[in-house]
Amino acid sequence: MSKFVTLNGNQTIGEAARQIDPDVIAAYPITPSTAIVETIAKFKADGLISGEFVCPESEHSAMSLCIGAASAGGRVMTATASQGLALMWEMLYIAAGLRLPIVAAIANRSLSAPINIHGDHSDTMGARDSGWIQIYSENCQEAYDNFIQAFRIAEHLDVRTPVLVGLDGFIISHSMEVIQVEDDAEVKKFIGEYKSLYPLLDSKVKMTVGPIDFTDYYFEHKRNQLEGIENAPQVIEEVGKEFGKKFGREYGFFEGYRLDDAELCIVAMSSAAGTCKDAIDELRSEGKRVGLLKPRIFRPFPHQRISEALIKMKAVAVLDRSSSPGAFGAPLFTEIRSALYDYEERPKITNYVYGLGGRDIKIEHFKEVTDDLEKIAETGKVEKVYSYINLRE
Amino acid sequence: MAKLKDLAAIEDRLVAGHGMCIGCGIPLIFKVILRATEDPLIIANATGCLEVCTTIFPRTSWNVTWVHSAFENAASTISGIEVMYKALKKKGRIPKDKRFKFLGVGGDGGTYDIGLQALSGAVERGHDIVYVCYDNNVYANTGGQRSSATPIGASATTSPAGTQSPGKIQRRKDLTKVLVAHNIPYVAQASPHRWQDLYNKAKKAFEVEGPAFLNVLCLCPTEWKYDESLGIRLAHMAVDTCVWPLYEVENGKYKINYKPKEKKPVLEWIKTQGRFRHLFKEKNAWVLEEFQKQVDQDWEELNKLESL
Repeated sequence: MSKFVTLNGNQTIGEAARQIDPDVIAAYPITPSTAIVETIAKFKADGLISGEFVCPESEHSAMSLCIGAASAGGRVMTATASQGLALMWEMLYIAAGLRLPIVAAIANRSLSAPINIHGDHSDTMGARDSGWIQIYSENCQEAYDNFIQAFRIAEHLDVRTPVLVGLDGFIISHSMEVIQVEDDAEVKKFIGEYKSLYPLLDSKVKMTVGPIDFTDYYFEHKRNQLEGIENAPQVIEEVGKEFGKKFGREYGFFEGYRLDDAELCIVAMSSAAGTCKDAIDELRSEGKRVGLLKPRIFRPFPHQRISEALIKMKAVAVLDRSSSPGAFGAPLFTEIRSALYDYEERPKITNYVYGLGGRDIKIEHFKEVTDDLEKIAETGKVEKVYSYINLRE
Repeated sequence: MAKLKDLAAIEDRLVAGHGMCIGCGIPLIFKVILRATEDPLIIANATGCLEVCTTIFPRTSWNVTWVHSAFENAASTISGIEVMYKALKKKGRIPKDKRFKFLGVGGDGGTYDIGLQALSGAVERGHDIVYVCYDNNVYANTGGQRSSATPIGASATTSPAGTQSPGKIQRRKDLTKVLVAHNIPYVAQASPHRWQDLYNKAKKAFEVEGPAFLNVLCLCPTEWKYDESLGIRLAHMAVDTCVWPLYEVENGKYKINYKPKEKKPVLEWIKTQGRFRHLFKEKNAWVLEEFQKQVDQDWEELNKLESL
C-alpha cells in the first residue's frame, strides 16, 4: 500500500534508495546532499538495506568506485552536489563513455567562487556535455518519482547510460513535504532485476575494458556512445507512462501549465516552477494569457516537443538558474532558441538568469517577466535578450 | 619455495605483443606477480606506461580481466569492483565457491602523486585488494618528468639539470612507510632481480585478508638513460646500495628480507645512469653527499624498526 509520509527532498531520495536497494551505494557528503548519504547510512546500520554502502574519501573516488562497481556488474547509485559534482567531472564522462547505468541524485547547488551552499543549477549545467541523462524535479514528490524512474531509464538495454536526478538544494533538499511513498514491493517490481550485459565478475570471460583508442577508432566509438542517449527519449516516455499507470503520476519530457490557450510562456525548471504556477494563476485571474513550460528532461534535450509546444506563442521567456559566461544566453535558453530556429514562424524569445546562489524568485518577479512578455508581444521587439531577475546592479 | 621451471609452466597473464620499451622493468615484474595467484584476477590499471602499452585497441596483452578508467583512481576503481563482488556474493548472485582476486596497479605517478589520496582511502576502508606500484622514479609515460619518487639529484624534464640546477633537489617520498602508517595487514618493497622474493611477497599479498601493498622498483632504461643490458644489474645495485631495501611489514612487524654483506656507496648505483651524469661535476658534489646521507639515515632507521 502506498502511504503519505512527511519527508524532505534528501529523505525522499534516501527512502527511494532503501526501496530500490542498489547493490552498491558509494557517496561522499556535501551540503546540501549530505542527508541523502546519512539517511542511507542509517538504513544500512539498521539492516534495512542489503546492498553495500561505501564511504569513499572524495567525490572523485565515489564516482570512480561507482564505475568499478557498475562495470563489475550490479546496480549502483551515488549522491552529491556542487563542488562534489565538479570534482567528479572527469569521471562523469568516463561513466557515460563506458555506458554504465549509474544513477546519481544531485541536490543542485551553486559553484564556487565565491563559495555558497545554496541552490542553483550551475553544477549539473556544468556537466551537460558529459553524456549523462539529466532529469530535474520541481518538488519532493517529483524527486522521489524521478529517482525511481531513473534506474529503469539508465538500465534499459537500449540506453545503458547514466542518469542524474536534480532536486534544488535547500529549496527541495531541505523542505518538508507530504509525499506519496509507494509500497516497497511495488517499487521493486517496477524497477525489476538488473542484469549487466558484460560484468567484469564473470569468471568465464576475460575482458579488457577501457583500452586506449587512437585516431583510427576513437571517433567511431564516440559516435557509438551516443546511441544510448539517442535511444533514451522513447524509453523515458514509456517509463513515464508506465509509472503513471502503476502509481497514478504520469511523467513526460516537460509539464505544461495553463499552456493550451496561452499566448505568453515562461519556461522554468525545478522548484521555481512551483512559484511560477501560483504567479500564473494570479495573472490568469487578471486576464493575462500566460502559461508555464517546465522542462523535466534536459538531456537528451526534447527540442522538437518543446518547440511544438512553444511555436504558437507570441513571446517566450526562458528562465535559467545558471549562467554560461561568454555564451549567447544561458544553457536552457540557447537550447530552446536553437530548437526554434527551424520554424519560419516562431515566437520572440528572451532570457533571464535568476536565483544564483539561492537568491529567491517570487511571484512578483514572474509578474515582471510577464509584463516584459506583454510588451514584446505588443511591439514585436525584444529590447534585451539577456537580463537578470532580482539582482542589484 | 617456487621453482623457476614451475613458474615458467604457468600460463602468462600478461602476454607478448605489448609495446613496452626494450629492457623495461614492468613486464618482468608483472609476469612474476600475476603468477602468484591461481584465482581469477581482475585488474584496475591507472593510466601509465603499463596501461597504454598493453591495450591499444583492438589489441590487448591481458589474459585476465582488466579495466582502466583514469589516472588517479585505480585504487578507487578496484575497490568498487571488490565491493560489488561482496554485494553479489552476499545476495547469492555469485556462487559461494567462486573466488576472485582484485589487483590495483599504477606507476609512481599514479600512486605516489596523483593517486595517493585514492590509495589511502581504499586501504583505510579495508577492501580485500592488492595494490602494486611499479616505481620507476619518473613519469615515464609522458616522457620523463619528475615525480615525488624521483631521487634527489636526478635530472628529469621538469627538474632538469642546468647551469644553475643540480636536477631534482627534493628528497624522494617514502611511500612504503606511508602505507605502513595505514596499519594494513601487509606492506612490502621488492625488486625484479630477486624474483623469488617478489613472488613470495605477491603470494602473501594475495593471500592476506584485507588490503596489501607492494612497492616494486621498476627499471626504466629510457628515462634513467642506461644501456638496456645493464637493467637487472642496476636493480641489484639499488638493493646493494640500500637505495631500495627489500623489506616487508606484516601486521606492523618489520622484516628486512635482504641485507647486503657489504653496503655499496650510492655512487655505484648512479654512475651508469645518464640521469645522474651531472652529479659528477664538482659543484654538484654536495648533492651526491646528501643522497648518500639520506640513504644511510633511511637504512639505519629501517634496521631499528626491524629490531623493535
